[in-house]
Formats: sequence, C-alpha cells, structure tokens
Amino acid sequence: MAVKLPIYMDNHATTPVDPRVLEAMLPYFTGKFGNAASRNHSFGWAAEEAVENARQQVASLINATSKEIIFTSGATESDNLMIKGIAEMFREKGNHIITQSIEHKAVLDTCKNLEKHGFEVTYLPVQRDGRVSLEDLKAAIKPTTILITIMYANNEIGVINPIAEIGKIAKERGIFFAVDGVQAVGKVPVDVQRDNIDLLAISAHKIYGPKGVGALYVRRRNPRVQLSAIIDGGGHERGMRSGTLNVPGIVGLGKACEIAQKEMPEESVWLRGLRDRLKAGLEAKLDEVYVNGSMEHRLPNNLNMSFAYVEGESLLMGINDVAVSSGSACTSATLEPSYVLKALGVGEDLAHTSIRFGLGRFNTQEEVDYVIDKMVQVVTKLRELSPLYEMAKEGIDISKMKWQTA
Amino acid sequence: MAYSDKVVDHYNNPRNVGSLPKSDPDVGTGLVGAPECGDVMKLQMKINPETQVIEEAKFKTFGCGSAIASSSLATEWVKGKTVDEALAIKNTDIVRELSLPPVKIHCSVLAEDAIKAAIGDWKKKHGVELPAAEKASH
Repeated sequence: MAVKLPIYMDNHATTPVDPRVLEAMLPYFTGKFGNAASRNHSFGWAAEEAVENARQQVASLINATSKEIIFTSGATESDNLMIKGIAEMFREKGNHIITQSIEHKAVLDTCKNLEKHGFEVTYLPVQRDGRVSLEDLKAAIKPTTILITIMYANNEIGVINPIAEIGKIAKERGIFFAVDGVQAVGKVPVDVQRDNIDLLAISAHKIYGPKGVGALYVRRRNPRVQLSAIIDGGGHERGMRSGTLNVPGIVGLGKACEIAQKEMPEESVWLRGLRDRLKAGLEAKLDEVYVNGSMEHRLPNNLNMSFAYVEGESLLMGINDVAVSSGSACTSATLEPSYVLKALGVGEDLAHTSIRFGLGRFNTQEEVDYVIDKMVQVVTKLRELSPLYEMAKEGIDISKMKWQTA
Repeated sequence: MAYSDKVVDHYNNPRNVGSLPKSDPDVGTGLVGAPECGDVMKLQMKINPETQVIEEAKFKTFGCGSAIASSSLATEWVKGKTVDEALAIKNTDIVRELSLPPVKIHCSVLAEDAIKAAIGDWKKKHGVELPAAEKASH
C-alpha cells in the first residue's frame, strides 16, 4: 500500500484534532454559543453544562474530582499559574523552589522570572538516562522549600520521571508538588492520588484536542491547595483564572480526555509496537545510532536517536516528506544544540545529529516502514558526504582532534 | 524555514563530493569547523605547481543544507581558477549566489575559510609563504 505523503511524526509538538473531538465541539460555536457565566438564560445554562461535563471528563482521566479542574488557555498558562500561584501565596512560608534542568521552557523561564523577584531556585541535574535522582532531590530540600516542580515526561526524549516517589517525598516534607503533565497525560496512566500530585498542568492539543485550551488540576483536600491568581478579572474558575471560558475548546479538551481514557490501554500498546519497530528497523540497517535517554522509563510513542556524523538539519532536509524534529543547533533560533541532550551528557557533536520521532494515534505501520527506508537512505547518503564519517572509518578519534573553531 | 532553490539543488546533487590523496604534494587539504559547532568542512584541491591552476576540487561536509551547498558551490567555483583567483572568492559572493539568510552566513564564512586553508596547505607543501593578509581567518 502506498503511503500518503507528507507523513506527520512530530506528535510531541502537536497532534491533529481527532474527528470525534471536532464533532463534539462544533455545536458550541454556533447554536450553543452561550457564555458559561450567563446565569439567567438557557444559552448560558447549555454552555455551563457542557463545561461541567468536560470538567468531569478531565478529572476522570487523572483520578481527580471535577471541582479540582481549572480551565486555562493552555499548558504554558497552567505551568505559570501553578508555579507563580504557589510562590506568591506562600512566600511568607519560604522562598525556595526545586525544579530540574530539562523542564520545558514554560517552567524554566517561570522559575527564572521568580528568581528576579527574590525566590531561590535549585535546578537539579538529570542522570545519564534523563531522570531526576531522588537522592539529589532529597539533598536539595531546605526548610524554606515551598515547591517541587518536576515534569512527568520530557518533551524531547520522552523519559518518565519517578513521579510517585517524588510525590511521596514532597508529601512527607509538607512541600507542594507541581507537575507539568503535558506529554504524559493521555499517554500513560496519570493518577494524582497515587502519585501525590498537588498541581498538574494539562494541554489539549497534545492529546488530539484543539490548540489554545488547557487545564490545571489543583488539589482540594489533603491538603487543600490555595493559589494566587495571575490573571485578574471576573472571578471565573473559583477566582483562580478570570476570563470568559473557551467553551468549544473546553468541550474539545473534555472529549479528548474521554477518548484517551477509554483507548489508552490499547493505544499505548499499539504505539509502543510502532515505536519499537521504528527503532529496530533503524538499528538493523544503520551503524552508530544511539538512543538518547532511558528506554525503560519512556513514553510509548517517543524515540529520540542520534545518527552519528550526520547533522540533524541536513537530515531533516533529506527527509522533507516526513515531519519530525531535531536537537541540532541549526534548527533552533539560538544556534545552541538541545539543552535537554546536553543535560544528559550527550556530547554536543551527537546532540547535533539527533532526531525526535513522536508517534501518534493516526500513524500506520506502513508509514513507519517508509520512515525507516527514507532515514536509512538519507543517513547513508549524508555519511558519504561526511568528513567525520570518513575519519571515523580511518580510525581517527574525532573527539581527540584539535578543531579550528571560529 | 524555506531553502532557496540553489541550496536545495546543491543539497540534492552535491558537486565534486569525495576525497583526494592527502599525501599527494599537489593536493592541498583544508579542514575547518568543529563537530560540536555542528559544521565541519573538508575541501581539497589538486593544484598544478607550474600554472597554479586548480585542476580538481573535492569536498565533504558535515553540516546543515546551507553548509553543504556552500562547500559544493566553492568546489565548482575554484575549479579552473588560479590560486590567486580562488583566494579572491569572498563569503559574501557565496551568500549572494545561494541567497543565504543571515542565520546561515557562518556557512559561507566556513567555505571561504576552507578555500584559504586548502590553498594554505598546498603552499606549505611547496614552501610558498602566505602573505600575512591571506592568513587572516575568521
């Protein structure tokens, strides 16, 4: 069967809206367009009912109750709200926050911002496999620590942190635990009770929902978490997030969560199968390819691999009918290679050669086979073009060479 | 980011890919860049010691599409030129020919450096001193 091109395999960046999600959303643009805050007519009631239904769907996916779900404009806002909201509310209690070096920028830059306002932030290193060390975490806790914020799964390497263990440590010390759950929710079972999570940021567009909508879980009991709002206004969402609710978006997020919950057991097995097929195919046909990060603790749909001696952007150019992304400097605005791979201790030379594959609900086995063939073809061609590959084959140790840098 | 048609053409059909024998006294080799920077270019030229004409040029490049295109173009341009003519090629000529965006200018600089390095290597083999100005690198 011929595959349809281009192939989308960048599902950590975003996902297409599932047709079932779109269908659920459509009535709320036209006929049921009411403002969920309108208490005095049926248009408002219909909107409110839809929002409350979505709240229940989101809550159910993460084993929370619907009153613990706040709707936002997306996970960047949720990350900002959970970190700044705790920091401001509890700054009398302490000014120390613990995070880790490979968080998403929505967390890292929020923490950097707080540092300018008198907070002290510890950025834990990660181990070679991409996970945070519990010993490092324990050692970093101080009497002034009010918040630990560690992502569930990383967006580049898909590595899953020991969240339940971190949650346990945080709970024992009476420290709030805020989690960026963007890549994990809907992909692996996330349970705020089991994992002792106090705050959890969720995005719709990573789980086949629409862009521009997200949620924040805020624990209501044991302990009851209070937050300072970062957006002031009409007091929506129990005062934690003002602004007229994006009803169609919220309906979409709810439906996406419902589908994810129902289909996750089967879908994760299917995605893992595709991912393992991709990995095995590439490893069988190419030498000197390296997986970045733990394979054991990893999202089922992620593969991040370095293809030694082949620069990532040139690789992307060669596979231009396949949408993936690279940790190469040339693909970033800063001309710096991936800070995530760097933190893992991946050499900068190999970081430049990395490709992130993000499989999704709509990928097929035929697409995976096409990507394997295409990757092998392009990597082989570019290695013939690579002076580094030639030198390696001649037995020259590239890492020991003296390079003339600009 | 969209690439210019010329960059795409050089990427898809790189000219003069390969290697010349490094130990040949008439072959000058330039190896510039660094793996950790994401760009390494190797440019080699076989230069006639009598006429100083570049008779053959080969390259291999580890780098983005623009780096590959810049070095491929450099081999095309230096072939048939004299050493002095080749040394007159400026990175800005490459930028213009390939319509490189500002963020890719360093690729053209690297290609100019590679030309100079290869000719410098050849001159060293032949005991020719480089004038000070030509030694200047970026």
